Amino acid sequence: MEPRPKSFYLLTAFFVLFLIFLYGPTLTIGILSFQGPGGGLTFPMRGVSLHWFRDLFEQQAVGDIWGSFSRSLVLGLMVMVTTVVVSVMGGLAFRHRFAGASLLFYLIITSLVIPSILVSLGVGLIWSQSGLPVHWSTSGFGAQLTWTLPFGLLIMFAVFNRFDRSYEEAARDLGASPWQVIRHVVLPIIAPSLIGVALFGFTLSYDEFARTLLTSGSYNTLPLEIFGMTTNVTTPVLFALGTMTTVFSLLVIGVFLLVVWVMNRRRARHGSDAGQGMV
Amino acid sequence: MKGRAVSRNRHLVGWVLASPLSLVLMTFLMAPIVMIVVVSFWGATEWSIYPAFQFDNYEFLLTSDVTYRVFLNTFKYAAITWACTLLIGFTVAYYLAFHIRSLTWQIALFLLCTIPFLTSNIIRMISWIPFLGRNGIANSTLISMGVIDEPLEWLLFSDFSVILAFVHLYTLFMVVPIFNTMMRIDKSLIEAAADGGASGWQTLWHVIVPLTKPGIMIGTIFVVALVMGDFITVRFMSGSQSANVGRMIQNDIGLLQYPSASATAVILLITVLMLIGMMLRFVDIRKEL
Repeated sequence: MEPRPKSFYLLTAFFVLFLIFLYGPTLTIGILSFQGPGGGLTFPMRGVSLHWFRDLFEQQAVGDIWGSFSRSLVLGLMVMVTTVVVSVMGGLAFRHRFAGASLLFYLIITSLVIPSILVSLGVGLIWSQSGLPVHWSTSGFGAQLTWTLPFGLLIMFAVFNRFDRSYEEAARDLGASPWQVIRHVVLPIIAPSLIGVALFGFTLSYDEFARTLLTSGSYNTLPLEIFGMTTNVTTPVLFALGTMTTVFSLLVIGVFLLVVWVMNRRRARHGSDAGQGMV
Repeated sequence: MKGRAVSRNRHLVGWVLASPLSLVLMTFLMAPIVMIVVVSFWGATEWSIYPAFQFDNYEFLLTSDVTYRVFLNTFKYAAITWACTLLIGFTVAYYLAFHIRSLTWQIALFLLCTIPFLTSNIIRMISWIPFLGRNGIANSTLISMGVIDEPLEWLLFSDFSVILAFVHLYTLFMVVPIFNTMMRIDKSLIEAAADGGASGWQTLWHVIVPLTKPGIMIGTIFVVALVMGDFITVRFMSGSQSANVGRMIQNDIGLLQYPSASATAVILLITVLMLIGMMLRFVDIRKEL
């Protein structure tokens, strides 16, 4: 191997600074959430304690955190399942040209770039003008899908761009029905990418703020609850909540990565060649 | 005859598979846009809105200097954020794609760059408070180093903190597509450039940058769309002292002036779609994925 050029060390320094920029603030509030009971929103630390985390568990002390957490969790799972199913079907549809395909594609791009407040406002208006009560599980759910579906579909497009079709052809030659081809050939090959789509679906929903703002009704989701707290809570309990949410997100990401890893291991052990179906 | 039946069948299968997607996009994307366009012609009293067909909302909007100032400010945020995220994003992607030699490390470091995208934006904004506040880490460090005598007031709740937060939140949207495009560049092209006597800079400028343009375009589309449509970052990081179009819409919503909010939203949507439409002429997104 040739020796590293000087630019490598400069760029490494730049990259390390970038990571500090990316993670530094989050780590800081992680540390500050362990403030002593008399501590404030910034350094110095006045002792180390779990005081502010304990506050989170005292009902009514800082609003309905646990209620909003469970709502966000359920909504995230609903959005996740819907995103995976709809994206896979959409991805399969786009493998062949059909009338209106390019119009639908531009709709997907519009969904991705439209300012989120428009979705919030528009869905809110439709619901209020037709006399329906806005609720996180109906209007909020749909509004969030306009954000998670484009990501799911972009991932599916990327997957099918790299998909080796000779596996399907082989299955068809051996007499598999279209459904059998999907069930026993296509799905096993794209399975790890589906985990990725699910991860995006869940976390994007779990963290979504703008599209839920006018569409969730009187019961807040967690991001709305946290934003409400920023205007009237001036103690490190805010940081404790931030730390808990971030740790939860990291756990979710970890679980998904672990699933992909275990899946690949099992494939290797069972001698499955599904992983080779991507070019 | 058989060919036509197969082709009709193909369209049918396509539509059946795409129907859930179309249904969601019709109900929660197209219908809301139509609703906003309709309501933008309605009238409003202090507490209610009523159907009408009047141009008052647009007239008021287009004849007020506030609108133009706010739009200008929104473009300013978008332009500065775009420049910063592009510089940082390109550098990071370049480092990962061309200076990291093992694929495992590339994937690991790339994941490290994308994980924050999957955590809460609001928490990531909040986490700047202990840094930038009057008694925050930045000020106390600068004072103890003797660089300044009293705390800088413009660190938090200013245009500076708004743009800092934008760059913090959205650089990932540049890193990911640029890295994706760079990974597809044939390494032998770089070797050929080196064999031809090109210096590192020449290779970068004449080989890598042109080949990375589609990725840069996709990143640009993301960043511009996100910054143009934002309202929460500006509200939170400027302490409600600066305005962009999203804030203007949100203010009207807060005052229950939905028709006027809708009119602003329509103009914002047209602006964003025109910008993105222009960018899409330079890149075929489906091919680049």
